[in-house]
This record gives sequence, C-alpha cells and structure tokens, in this order.
Amino acid sequence: MTAWRRFCRNRLALLGLALVVVLALSAVLAPWLAPLDPARQSLIEKRARPGAKYLLGADEFGRDILSLLVGVLSMAIALVGGLLLGTLAGFSGGWIDAVLMRAVEILLAFPYLLLALAIVAALGPGALNTTIAVGIWGVPAVTRIVRGSVLTLRETEYVGAARALGSPAAAVLRRHIMPNIVPGLTVYATLFMANAILLEAALSFLGLGVQPPTASWGLMVSTGRDVLLVAPHVATVPGLAIMLAVLAFNLVGDGLRDALDPRLRGG
Amino acid sequence: MLTFVVRRLLFAVPVLLGVVFVVMLTIDLLPGDAVTLMLGEHATKDAVAALREHLGLDKPFAVRYLEYVGRLARGDLGRSIQQNRPVAAELADAWPATLQLATAALLIAAAVGVAAGVVSAVWPNSVFDAVARLASLFGLSMPIFWTGLVLIVVFSLWLNWLPVGGAGSLSHLVLPAITLALPSVAMVSRMTRSSVLDVLREDYVRTARAKGVGEWWVLGKHALRNAFIPILTLLGLQSGQLMGGAVLTETVFAWPGLGRLMVKAIFARDYVLLQGAVLVFALAFVIINLLVDLSYGLLDPRVGRQL
Repeated sequence: MTAWRRFCRNRLALLGLALVVVLALSAVLAPWLAPLDPARQSLIEKRARPGAKYLLGADEFGRDILSLLVGVLSMAIALVGGLLLGTLAGFSGGWIDAVLMRAVEILLAFPYLLLALAIVAALGPGALNTTIAVGIWGVPAVTRIVRGSVLTLRETEYVGAARALGSPAAAVLRRHIMPNIVPGLTVYATLFMANAILLEAALSFLGLGVQPPTASWGLMVSTGRDVLLVAPHVATVPGLAIMLAVLAFNLVGDGLRDALDPRLRGG
Repeated sequence: MLTFVVRRLLFAVPVLLGVVFVVMLTIDLLPGDAVTLMLGEHATKDAVAALREHLGLDKPFAVRYLEYVGRLARGDLGRSIQQNRPVAAELADAWPATLQLATAALLIAAAVGVAAGVVSAVWPNSVFDAVARLASLFGLSMPIFWTGLVLIVVFSLWLNWLPVGGAGSLSHLVLPAITLALPSVAMVSRMTRSSVLDVLREDYVRTARAKGVGEWWVLGKHALRNAFIPILTLLGLQSGQLMGGAVLTETVFAWPGLGRLMVKAIFARDYVLLQGAVLVFALAFVIINLLVDLSYGLLDPRVGRQL
C-alpha cells in the first residue's frame, strides 16, 4: 500500500489536512471572506459580540495569513539551515562534526522559548525578525536529525557501492542520501509548523513578536486581555484559531509519520 | 557512580559557558542600545560615552565575555541596570516562585499524565482511551497563554472560585499550575500509553502472566517499572518546556517569578539581568536532566552498574 493510501485511511489525519486547506484558503480569500478592512475601525461597534454581521465578533478574521506565513518561512529557514549543517556534520565527520554538534548541544540546552526570546531580544520585535527567530530556533533540532540520518545512511551498502564505483560525494548525497532523509524530514517539518505557530503566537503575545497595527493571533489575544472582563471573546476567539491551526498541523504530522514509516506506528 | 556525577557536572560547565556566550553575543547584536534607552534620546554624546564606559560596554566583546565569566567564577552576576541591585539578589527574590510553580506543574503532569496513559494502555481503543487521546491532542495544540486566559474567564470571572492572578496562597497557585501543566500532561500521557503498550507486548510480561501472576502485579512490578525509563526521560525534557511555559504563565497570572523578571529585563534592555536569568534556567535544565539520568540507575539495576 502506498504512503498516500495509508494516509487517506487515517480519518484524523484527513481532518487535519482539511483544516490546513481551509486555513490556507481563508488566508488567501481573506479580502472576500471578511469584507471589513481589518485596519478600519468602528468605535461604536468595537468589541461587538459574535453575530451575523461579524462572524467571530468585531475585529479580527482572516488574519491567519501572517501567522501561517511566519510558520512557513521559519520552517524554510530551519530546514535549509539544518539540512546544510546536518549534512556537513554527518558527511565530513572529524572535527567539523565535533564542533558543530557541541554548538547544537549548547543551543538545545536552552529551555524551549528562551532561545527564541534571546534572538528576538537581539533582533528587536517585528514580523520578519520573529520569523528569523523561530527559524533559527528550529535549526539545531533539524541539524541533529539530519546528521543522525546521514551517519546511518553513510554506512549502508548502497552508499558504499556508489562510492566504490567512483561517484563523487555530491552525487552520492543527491541521489542516495537526500531521498532517504526527505520522508522523515517531511514529518518533522509538519510538526514544526505546529510549534512555529505556537512560538510566533507566544512571542507576539509577550509583545516581542509582530507589532501593531499588523495583526497576528498572538497579538490579538494579548490586546484582548485588556478587555477580558467586558468582552472575553476578543481574547478567546483568536486563541481558538491558534489552537485549530496547531491541531491541524499536529494531526497531519502524526498521519504522515504513520503513513511514511509504518514501523513507528502504534503511538 | 560518583565519577559519573562529577563527569556530568564537569561536562555542564562548557555547556553553560556556551549558553552565556550565545546570550551575550545575541544581545551584543542588539540594534537598540541599552545606554540610549536609559538616558533617553536627548542625552549628550558625552553622557552616553561616560555611561558606556561605566558599564564596561566600550570594551570589545571578547574582553567583556572573559570578564563576565571571570566574575561568574567568583559567584558575581553583576548589577542589574534598571534597579542597580545585584542580579543575584533579584534572581534570589524571583526563583522560589518559579520553582513552586514548576514543581506543582511537574507533579500534576506526572500524576495525571501517567495515570491517564496507563489506563489508556491497559484498555486500548476503549472509550476512555479515545477521549484521552483526543484530549491530549487538544492539550498539545492549545497556546499556553490562551489556556490561562480561558481558565481565568471561567474560574475567576464567571464562577468566582479562584483569584485572577498574583501569588500568596495555595488558591493562587491552582490556575497557573494547571495552565502550565496541561501541555506536559498531554505529552506524558501519550508517551506513557505507547511505552506501557510496548512493554505489555514483551516476552517477560507473557511469561509472568503464564505463570499465573495477578494482572495488577504484572502491571506494577513488570510493566510500569520498565515503562518508566522513557517516561522519566520525557519528564526531564519537559522541564525545559515548563521553564519556557513559565515565562508565559507568569505573564498571564502576574506570578512574581523568574519568567516575568526575564520579560521585564528584555523590555528594559537590562542585559545583565537577562543573562543571569537565562543562566539560571539553563543551569536548572542541566541539573534536572542529570537527576533524571541518575534515577535510571534506581529503576534499572543494569544501568546502575554501568554508572
């Protein structure tokens, strides 16, 4: 059975995929779905309850485009950085490997969030800097995963055979090692999206991420906090959106893992 | 055993030095300057230069790093820029609150997570299992600061049972501890479930059952004891998550701990205080994981002999 067929038999994973599609569509179609300009203000109707006119209450819908974009871009940074460093470490070995892996260990010794906080503290807040911070935060873990796979694959017989036949290192990497890393990395990338969205939301919530007037879910929860007493939905609805997005990526990631690597199944 | 502890502690030294290096380097790249922030935008060039010199910021990065590490070796963390108090004193004021919060959360995570995971594993695909697995998926997906706000709305504003924030009594601890614990409860229950399920498939469990050992005895003596090693590893790694989560939880609940101190330090560009706080977090993380490694020996005599 192909991986895709296995994935399709997993109902929860399909639900997650559907959610991801809906999120992406609502982000792209935001101008039509939410005809009210997010930057336009209506003082009389501010903090109106959810109802017919405002689907989720006044203010805020279709703003997930930014959160998703931050997630995707930071994932790209983490993957590219981790792939380069991990392959370098795993393939060259020796002192390069030792130095890189010690550096990775140090970065992983930072408790979750603190490394991203330190990077944002250094770069300053803003959407782009948040993306970079979340991306850099992901690099050490990806590096370690890639290095581990490269080390294992380097010792396989087919790689040994390819090298014995005189394939240059670059060709061995491209034709024999990369294709075997991609499935595992796809799973990790999907689960990373979930974490990236959570991290972006957390940074924005603390006031260190995306800055007003640009909107992001985390920032919306943060501003909603001030009016929690009179209008709890301002803070809770965007939080619900974060949760759905993260849940969707978690479901797809779990489903992909089960589909791509049946040996890991059972969890 | 002792040599293992000593070796691990010695290994922690370069890691902590590296953590200090990374934090100092990132702060060094900071576009906003702490000095300008302190003196305001209209400060004269001389005043800025004088304060920079006073704080030692005029020296090159390598010199400052070595000086900081040198002072660190003598137990001196420097003085915070904002309050002009010893950083050690500020950290000492804040860390008991964070320790209290994190311990409570870790206990909740361990107790609820392990219990739910074991029940799920013993009756897989039961109604409880399905509900628990779904709940843990939600638990992993909820942003922690949002969980906190929802709990405040429900239990403090609507039901009026628990205080909105602050610290002092046990009732102040309940909501922050639950908020912080939820993602870890989810992780631990998932891990426990799969780990107990794996062990229950082992030959020695079948042997024990075959020789007529009671199911509870099999579970307690054979299954749980062996399933605990991956669970403990996870709990150790979760402590890092808890520390990051503490930053958010403390902000939501106005809990006077290290996390809130750190956020304040970031906003005030108080890099000396920030360095100290990150260092304490990293040190705690290293120590907790060392304790986890040591506890393997208690659970598994084979590991114990190797230490």
